[in-house]
Amino acid sequence: MFTSPTVRVSFIFLAIALAGLLFADIAITASNPWRDLGNFFLGIITPSFFSTEGLLTALLRTVAFAFVGVVLGGVAGFLLALVYRSLPVRIFCAFVRAIHELFWALIFLQFFGFHPLTGVLAIAIPYAGIFAKVYSEILDEADPDPGRALPPGTGIVTTFLYTRIPDCWVKMRTYTAYRLECGLRSSAILGFVGLPTLGFYLESSFSQGMYSDAGAMLILFYVLIATMPLWVRPKLLPVYIIGAPFFLGEGMPIIWGNVQRFFTEDIVPAPLRSGEGVTGLMPWLNDLMINEALPGVWNTIVLTQIALAATGILTLLAFPLISNHFGGPVRRTAGHVFLVIARSTPEYILAYILLQLWGPSMLPAVVALALHNGGIIGHLIGRQTNTIQLRADATTGFNRYSWELVPRVYHSFLAFLFYRWEIIMRETAILGILGIYTLGFYVDSAIQNIRFDRAMVLILITALLNIGVDALGRYIRRKLALQTMPTC
Amino acid sequence: MAFNTIRKLALAGVLCFTAASAVAETFVFTAIPDEDETKLVERFRGVADYLSGQLDVDVRYVPVKSYAAAISAFRNNQVQLAWFGGLSGVQARRLVPGSEAIAQGVEDEAFQTYFIANTHTGIEPSDTLAELREPLKGKTFTFGSKGSTSGRLMPEFYVRDTFDSKPADFFKRVGFSGNHTRTLRLVEAGTYDAGALNFKVWEKEQADGNIDTEAVQVVWKTPAYPDYQWTIRGDVNDRFGDGFKQRVTQALLDLKDPELLESFPRSGFIPASNEDYEPIRKTAEEIGILD
Repeated sequence: MFTSPTVRVSFIFLAIALAGLLFADIAITASNPWRDLGNFFLGIITPSFFSTEGLLTALLRTVAFAFVGVVLGGVAGFLLALVYRSLPVRIFCAFVRAIHELFWALIFLQFFGFHPLTGVLAIAIPYAGIFAKVYSEILDEADPDPGRALPPGTGIVTTFLYTRIPDCWVKMRTYTAYRLECGLRSSAILGFVGLPTLGFYLESSFSQGMYSDAGAMLILFYVLIATMPLWVRPKLLPVYIIGAPFFLGEGMPIIWGNVQRFFTEDIVPAPLRSGEGVTGLMPWLNDLMINEALPGVWNTIVLTQIALAATGILTLLAFPLISNHFGGPVRRTAGHVFLVIARSTPEYILAYILLQLWGPSMLPAVVALALHNGGIIGHLIGRQTNTIQLRADATTGFNRYSWELVPRVYHSFLAFLFYRWEIIMRETAILGILGIYTLGFYVDSAIQNIRFDRAMVLILITALLNIGVDALGRYIRRKLALQTMPTC
Repeated sequence: MAFNTIRKLALAGVLCFTAASAVAETFVFTAIPDEDETKLVERFRGVADYLSGQLDVDVRYVPVKSYAAAISAFRNNQVQLAWFGGLSGVQARRLVPGSEAIAQGVEDEAFQTYFIANTHTGIEPSDTLAELREPLKGKTFTFGSKGSTSGRLMPEFYVRDTFDSKPADFFKRVGFSGNHTRTLRLVEAGTYDAGALNFKVWEKEQADGNIDTEAVQVVWKTPAYPDYQWTIRGDVNDRFGDGFKQRVTQALLDLKDPELLESFPRSGFIPASNEDYEPIRKTAEEIGILD
């Protein structure tokens, strides 16, 4: 068994995660976590839809920010995809998508303040980087033959529009629609840093223990996502796209001098600003590295590896829930509901909820990351097993699971898992804002202390770490010949 | 290049829609989110109505999610007045030359932090923090917000000063609950063994009967220090007319509505100056929060 490279890689990653557990801070510190969890579920089943003033406005704003952000990101990403062969463009795209939406929002908040542009750009910029990559992959896969069949002298634009685009259209549309769902999640969590979306109210209700209010918001959010096929219709799209900018809210006016100040003063390292010059820079950087960057990087890596392994385990446990090969319709429906909830809830919100209930440690983060990512991959793998035809006399139950299905889907399972490795790391870093000591904790601390120079260096380090893991993930997927479609 | 394209697109998209909404001169203020949001919104909407009546301009309160967001909004001139804590006020005034502390609560001249502990820890109240070295050592401990004066700066200062070590080394686990109400709830629930919070929040919650005194008690009170204050930007007169700063100051000092004062909770407002907060600045520099 250990001669198989996929099995070997799996065990190596499992071993790394187990070693990580030795260093990780895993604990439930709340004295009565189950009572709180019970209260929370009580809140979910007794939702109170009318007690929060402005809840509907918040939902509307969540949708509006998602639309404007995704559309701008999509257009910019498409343009970038056309020149994606250029190395600087690729590096630029890798860089902007390595920085999480919340980090972008925290940056823009410093000079745009609570203007709608902050939220729009926080979504549009990283999404542009992701769109550019995926669109260019889709365009590269287009069949070159129709283009060759055109008479010589046909213009480049004509060729592109009439041969490449038709071949790619369906894939691009599917991916863009999928990205819109991601956009709704991103938009919702932007509220946690103060933008007027769902997260703003969710955070307030939750931190005050008003679980029925929080429950109502979560339910509305799930309904919003689950009904997307009903209200996101091709014919209605122009209406949404033109209308969305009107529903972003007014926010506060932008003062352009603040933008200039941010780039020319705030993010200049303190020793340079105060005129100490390069001699002062080394001790400053040294202090930043030893006291903040290194502990942050270490905790981020430990948590990522544990969460990655937990995601894998949860996926393997969860996919049978929706597989046609097991259980009856009732169990499968329940399975679908569970997986939809798991994957529709942003990690950040899950982690926030669990942190409130269990107290601070890495445990809530691991569970949140595993639930969300396991929900996504479990859903995809479960659907994949439904396309598998087994012989009529195939074994049943656990034997069917372990000898028939898992071996057949194991390659795509690993492919998805390694694809999401970088995504898990990006989220792990951001969860630091909630008080787990990953890179986000130190970024947030620097911002709280109005030290944007430090924050920018830490964000840069986070981005490089993500780019590194992304490259490693791609290397492993290539080595193991794993192919996958993108997820968010 | 690409970044520019994105920015231009975004700008074109957003600005052409928002530019239409006319901007009347509204006097906007904010406050650090040191307590439960519902309470803050209620309190500061009352203040907005009061100021709007006194000053004859539209006054609006904007809630924010963090201390830093309050400071940034003040610095970026998106708000012109703010109810800051000692530390956030010092940070904000350093960043905005010409800004001034104009009024503080009567109680803010001599503010205190209470160290509280869950009763199951067996930590007994004491007159000096030094006596609590053994009982507190290795326990879990939560501050309030990272940028709070009474919830972080002063308690961290006394921990370092008395125990001669960083909080992270002295305690088993150190957290930042976010605000004073949450600190109280977390220690009361036993999620943390002990914590530090604003004494006014403790007293108000106690008076309102919101504290389970079987579960949590005050174990030490810090010496007094200056805290909360109203800080205003130096350029408000240019924007709202001559003497505007003076009128805002007077309006705040004249605030006598008992219900509104009770919501702070303060017994009234008295004049303040930037110099009053020198001790806070020195302490912040000492523990390395300020450069």
